[in-house]
Amino acid sequence: MYIIVVGAGKVGWNLARELLEKEHEVTVIESNRRRYLTVEQELEHNVSYGDASELWVLERAGIERADMVIAVTGDDEDNMLICQVARQKYEVERIIARVNNPRNKPHFDLLGIKPSVSATDLILRLLEHEVPEYGLVHLLDLQEEQLEIIEMLLGKDSGVTGRRVGDLEMPEGSLLISVLRNGKGFVPVADTVLEVGDEVLAVLDPGHEEQLKEMFGPSGGNGSGNGSG
Amino acid sequence: MFILIVGCGRVGSSVARSMLSEGHEVSCLDEDPESHARLEVGLDKGWEDLGGQFTVGAGLETDALVAAGIERADAFIASTDGDNTNIIIAQIAQQRYHVPTVIARILDPLRAEWYERQGMHTVCPTRVAIDMLEGAVREGAPRSQGPSDGAAEAA
Repeated sequence: MYIIVVGAGKVGWNLARELLEKEHEVTVIESNRRRYLTVEQELEHNVSYGDASELWVLERAGIERADMVIAVTGDDEDNMLICQVARQKYEVERIIARVNNPRNKPHFDLLGIKPSVSATDLILRLLEHEVPEYGLVHLLDLQEEQLEIIEMLLGKDSGVTGRRVGDLEMPEGSLLISVLRNGKGFVPVADTVLEVGDEVLAVLDPGHEEQLKEMFGPSGGNGSGNGSG
Repeated sequence: MFILIVGCGRVGSSVARSMLSEGHEVSCLDEDPESHARLEVGLDKGWEDLGGQFTVGAGLETDALVAAGIERADAFIASTDGDNTNIIIAQIAQQRYHVPTVIARILDPLRAEWYERQGMHTVCPTRVAIDMLEGAVREGAPRSQGPSDGAAEAA
């Protein structure tokens, strides 16, 4: 794949390294001359100097044949604009935008710039994963595809422990895909009996979360000492 | 008409003053509180005393836009010093707040041209300068030849 990364900050530089290691063709565009010269010592011809919100700079980097544009500058307006022209003017198939200020996230969504990634979101997600009282963890959201994968920890009060998977009335549009028990994961079958401390993974259409939460979650207070199991 | 101007630099402040003097309601938004002083250049009264509004905040901040009155704006002018900021906030004004008239100042002719083609109302001062300079050179060319010919002849 040919990938253009805009912004050679910590994120862009490391991203470029990883992508190059995976044998992608990469051009990083950096508008700060000093930063460019630093990064150029390592990335050599894979980094290009210029302001990527100037269309000719993008064209010089070969945006017309790019498979992906990743905008990770420290400026949300720049990231939005670059992704917008990449997709709409140059018809680049895939874009990824970095959101620096999470309050700007609605603007990215309004302009259809997806997916956009913010460090705050990622840390919140990690927090959900680390702190079980959140009950339900989003592992993956595929907005375009209208699918999500969630993880739920079965506590003492869960309404489904001791029951066969085959007997569960899963809401339509949802499917139990995996059970993690004692650190090992397996695909449940109809005869699998769920236990306290199981972490179950489900794939579902967006909007079924609450139903699943009710079904699998504790009836009462969350975080009822189910800890690390 | 209620006009919201984001970016109160030389351009924004001048447009704000003229619109106010023509009897429109004008609100300015700028992240630099000092830019308020620019609004009052050449005025014998304070900006607020004349009925103008001024809000400190960035054009991307929803709260600031709302405080400055975007929800009831009839016209929106994006004239900050950043092309990308102007392009993005103009789209927000249009698509999220449905302001009927939205104009963005874009210095880069290439970006201005493309967004114009996408249906954005843009003003490109660089384009205007290029056209005027070219025009002036073409018009002036015979005239400037004159004296140098004369000088050559005299020599």
